[in-house]
Amino acid sequence: MDEYEQFKTTYFAECAELLGDVEVQLSALSTGSEDPEVLHAIFRAVHSIKAGAGAFKYTQLAAFSHEFEALLDRMRDGRIPVTETGVSLLFRASDILSAMVESAESKTELTGNFGSQILDEISIMVNGKSSAPAASKETVNVATEDTSESEAVTVYLIDFAPKAELFKHANEPLLIVRELKTLGELSATPILNQLPPLGKMDGEEAYIAWQFKLTSKARLDEVEEVFEFVTEDCSLEITSEANLDATEMEEDIPVSEIGNPASPANTPPAAKGPVTAAKVTSIRVDLDRIDRLVNMVGELVITQSMLSQQTSDLPAEQFPSMVRGLEELALHTRELQESVMAIRMQPVKSVFSRMPRLVRELSAKLDKKVNLVTIGENTEVDKTVIEEISDPITHMIRNSLDHGLEGTEERLKLGKPEAGNVTISAEHRGGRIVITISDDGRGINRKAVLMRARERGLISETHTPSDDEIDNMIFAPGFSTAEKVTDVSGRGVGMDVVRRNIQALGGRVSIQSNPGKGSRFTMTLPLTLAVMDGMIVQAAGDKYVIPIPNIVESLRPPKSSLKQLPTGQSLVSIRGSYIPLCFLHRIFHLGGAITDPAEALVVLVESEEFGTTGIVVDELIGQQQVVIKSLESNYKSVAGISAATILGNGKVAPILDIEAIYRISQQDLRNSPLPTASDGLSGVLQDSLARTNPQLATPSIG
Amino acid sequence: MVAVEIDTASNASTKTGILTPDEMAEENAPRLMGTQQFVTFAIGAEEYAVDIMQVREIQAWTEVTILPNQPHYMRGVLNLRGIIVPIFDLRCRFDQGETEATSIHVVVIIAVGDRIIGILVDRVSDILTIDGSEIRAVPDLDDSGESDHIIGLVTAGERMVALLDTGSLFRHEIMETELDDADDAAALQA
Repeated sequence: MDEYEQFKTTYFAECAELLGDVEVQLSALSTGSEDPEVLHAIFRAVHSIKAGAGAFKYTQLAAFSHEFEALLDRMRDGRIPVTETGVSLLFRASDILSAMVESAESKTELTGNFGSQILDEISIMVNGKSSAPAASKETVNVATEDTSESEAVTVYLIDFAPKAELFKHANEPLLIVRELKTLGELSATPILNQLPPLGKMDGEEAYIAWQFKLTSKARLDEVEEVFEFVTEDCSLEITSEANLDATEMEEDIPVSEIGNPASPANTPPAAKGPVTAAKVTSIRVDLDRIDRLVNMVGELVITQSMLSQQTSDLPAEQFPSMVRGLEELALHTRELQESVMAIRMQPVKSVFSRMPRLVRELSAKLDKKVNLVTIGENTEVDKTVIEEISDPITHMIRNSLDHGLEGTEERLKLGKPEAGNVTISAEHRGGRIVITISDDGRGINRKAVLMRARERGLISETHTPSDDEIDNMIFAPGFSTAEKVTDVSGRGVGMDVVRRNIQALGGRVSIQSNPGKGSRFTMTLPLTLAVMDGMIVQAAGDKYVIPIPNIVESLRPPKSSLKQLPTGQSLVSIRGSYIPLCFLHRIFHLGGAITDPAEALVVLVESEEFGTTGIVVDELIGQQQVVIKSLESNYKSVAGISAATILGNGKVAPILDIEAIYRISQQDLRNSPLPTASDGLSGVLQDSLARTNPQLATPSIG
Repeated sequence: MVAVEIDTASNASTKTGILTPDEMAEENAPRLMGTQQFVTFAIGAEEYAVDIMQVREIQAWTEVTILPNQPHYMRGVLNLRGIIVPIFDLRCRFDQGETEATSIHVVVIIAVGDRIIGILVDRVSDILTIDGSEIRAVPDLDDSGESDHIIGLVTAGERMVALLDTGSLFRHEIMETELDDADDAAALQA
């Protein structure tokens, strides 16, 4: 079977997608969707899984999906009403299905009666009565052992004449014959009257037809299934000779649904053939290949910007076509890069779709009623980001359900609706993706948080932090206020890891809480981890890149707007608010930079962690899209630098990590407070400063 | 940026001179199964070597980008066809002052584990083919700890060549993040 390994890989990749679809559709169903397309979609997915399972001889999987499909089929044409218990059964059945797919993929054995309980329930629902356990087992084994005793033996006459297309589509009559043989006793008579003399034979034509006589206990649709993948590419006629036993009447239902038993061209795959054909607008590409493409385009962008830099002072009148060519090259490169990046963009749906399930399970475990609302699930973000956001979102949802939402009784007592609401939303904002997770629970218990923070020595006894500061303490390492450790959350690692992981991606996370009303996590991430718009700045002759999304504005402040606190913290007053300054040359210990901010440039940057701060640099060089390169693949991490890029001249330029720079500058101030003579800042100023930058006067807890 | 790709075979024959018949015989002798090749390079009069399998390429010195707070013996980072490679000054690493790098100085790009680094040296001199048994242990004389970075000594004609353990030499610069990652992983699992 190893020769099929490659196809199996594809099959399992497809299964994963299909199971994901099933999940999405089931969630829609559970929220009361009455769209018939939902059930159709689930049916199609399960059917595709069944088809593949049959082809690769995963008998258990095939048998189970067959029964699952039967249930779905009856639900979609309304013979079985879609009730809550029904949906719940579908959910559990989809669990069994994914477990079976998993076991088939990992080549592990499941017990013979795995999922038989679900099968029983399905058959109760399908047949309206409980079938004996034995009967359901028989259905499981239908494809391996020939039949169950209750069914009669049927003699099928099968006329099978493959067309040339059959071979072109890589099918093989021999495999079909073998498959038929597993169903029962088979005799085959080749029909050779189409066979031309050897000299006239075309190697790619199909000349031989067969007449099979199959004596089997299998149902007609099972026989038809053998030809499922070749119905289009052959002429096929199946007639049953022997009389049908009465017990088969019930089993006959699927056959009559599938279509006229005598014309197998109407079997489901053929029937929905045009639909799938229209849908095939995508191809499956290995991620490695795309990554290579993205890397090469990145190199191309660098080369292109190097070229345009080198030729920027080329006299256009002397080399008109060359200059024009370079301009076009720049345009095309940009477009090429955007298209390549777009290949990797995916809607966040693939992550969001996993959440209803999580909420369902957690709410059952915690005995809380929860409504989950997802907004903006079609927001697109780079594949690399998608892979990374699933864990943080899961964690935050767990947190909201476990700590945020009250129990049902408590909610009723508080006059809130019985079911708690949790909302996940995604949107693009300023070249980043913003994901928020909000709940209408009790909000953060600031007293408990503060007490715990003091207990753990995260803040000093004397310091009184602001509400916002307290809220964000839940991101401090080793912090958990849950009074008891549950298996849902509360192990003390968690939110700090979440924050660290998000920061590692160049993202930020914060929480806003309204006691008694609920809390909201806000997570912002770059759309891609591969390119970024950057502002190139210079300090002491070295070039650095500041991420554009962080930049608010840049200015050269007048001397009168500059102040210094007794702590040594320099401030600039801009439109009535005082903003702290970080001197890049001080943080990086660079010699020869401009030290007076009134002569240098101040780039105002913004972050959820610290608000606004000004970074003092010598000058701005320009704005450019930069390809992000890891510094850490060959070197250790550098404080204050998140990554690096390669500029047009081929030189490396570090990309600044704004949050880290702010932290370093605060640390430097604490370690070596600059003695200031007489700045005499009023208490009012101190206060206003504390308001704009709550963390300024306090040790940072991140 | 002039990249000089090393062609092991041709360099070995041109640089070590024409082999005498005796040497040829030795080359083919089975006892030479343990033969290793080293690229040797010099700082002033001192010669060092690394395993040829580690060497990726040799470049003439070009300006590099200085990183903030880099160790004093690091020169900065270089763009090597899209990957960012830290460049270390070997002379400075051995506390013999900073190399005044010019375009005739050479950067040897080597792989240490799965990391790529460059070391700045005065010149690349030779490719040495030696038998494992010719490698002498380092006499444990000084307590500076620097001899830890020398795997062994080899005598090539009149010269003494020190075989460098590049992994340990730049351990702090290239290993730290891996440890951090391990910590993170442990924290996640806890």
